[in-house]
Amino acid sequence: MHNDAFFISLAFLAILIYLAAMRSAVKRFKSWPIRRLLLFAGGVATGVQAFAGPIGMHAHHSFVFHMAGHLLLGMLAPLLVILSRPITLLLRALPQKGARSVMRLFRSGYARFLVHPVTAAVLNIGGLWLLYTTPLYHHMHQVSWVSLLVHFHVFAAGYLFTLAMLYTEPVSYRKSHVYRMVVFIFALAGHGILSKYLYANPPSAVGAAEAQSGAMLMYYGGDFVDLMLIILLCWQWYRATAPGRPLSGKEAAE
Amino acid sequence: MEDRTVSNGRNIFSGILFGFGLAAFVDEAVFHQLLHWHHFYDLSTSEWGLISDGFFHAFSWFATVGGLFLLADLRRRKSMVPIRWWGAVLLGGGFFQLYDGIIQHKLLRIHQIRYGVENLLYYDLVWNGIAIILLAAGIILICRSGRGRHA
Repeated sequence: MHNDAFFISLAFLAILIYLAAMRSAVKRFKSWPIRRLLLFAGGVATGVQAFAGPIGMHAHHSFVFHMAGHLLLGMLAPLLVILSRPITLLLRALPQKGARSVMRLFRSGYARFLVHPVTAAVLNIGGLWLLYTTPLYHHMHQVSWVSLLVHFHVFAAGYLFTLAMLYTEPVSYRKSHVYRMVVFIFALAGHGILSKYLYANPPSAVGAAEAQSGAMLMYYGGDFVDLMLIILLCWQWYRATAPGRPLSGKEAAE
Repeated sequence: MEDRTVSNGRNIFSGILFGFGLAAFVDEAVFHQLLHWHHFYDLSTSEWGLISDGFFHAFSWFATVGGLFLLADLRRRKSMVPIRWWGAVLLGGGFFQLYDGIIQHKLLRIHQIRYGVENLLYYDLVWNGIAIILLAAGIILICRSGRGRHA
């Protein structure tokens, strides 16, 4: 895990792949906004902080730094990457046959299950409860592959949750705005309750003062990212319900 | 085009949501964080307090943002009634204040308004008195907006 260069190269590789996909997509479809490239690069740069640089370095022995990395990798990075619409880009960049098989994968029952708001919320918030209220948090600092797995889950679950709230990619089975808002309130409450719980009940091998600072960071940092998500979700509702616009299911969620 | 009763209801719904969220935000920002009169976790034994606070906070974030987007929707439909909306804001704010003062402070005893003071009753009276004034002002404004429309 001390291999900064490895993770930073990986981040650059991801951005290069996005650029290549952009080139390929633009050849066949209309242009692809440059701001999405910036969002993607911002998301990758944010997420890699959990592995490399000062935050990644101190995360092993400091709960506060661990929490900073968690917020960036699990909340802010997924939001930025989601807004860059990498799956839509992939579908446009791939040749027709490849795109069709990717689409088939997304229409499968398994994908539907994963992108269901309740599933995504449980994977996201439930995973955090599991990590911080069991010895898992202690284990992840002992065994490096456990640490990698936890980091992967934090990002993937954050990504899935953000996608299940905002539907920025071609999700085949869509829930209404109100449904997603209600699930969101439960998820947000789960995050807030966990952070307050950790304030009084530190994870294994974390000191009381450190747990308190980490929990406060989790609480207020989580609020900040969630507020952005709430604004985006409400904004989508506002656009979808514009007067004189037909309210068809697919358009409404767009 | 829009049914009047529908837009009347929406003015009130939007205002109540926003007032609710605003009052919750003011409570957290001023009393929890600036004055430190009470904290975000005062009672390590009450699990109910913890859970209710979590849901309450999540809902208040949504209420603030959602209430404002509903307001924007009313405005673009040209069916906002300002007096009615502001009345509903006072109603929502007053309701929050009373809920906080009676349920959270007194019944669940999650936290008190302020610690280390002798005359807590005085604080409670002021807190809940303000809540009742806000509620009353909200109701008066909403009633007047109804009369104004028909005149």
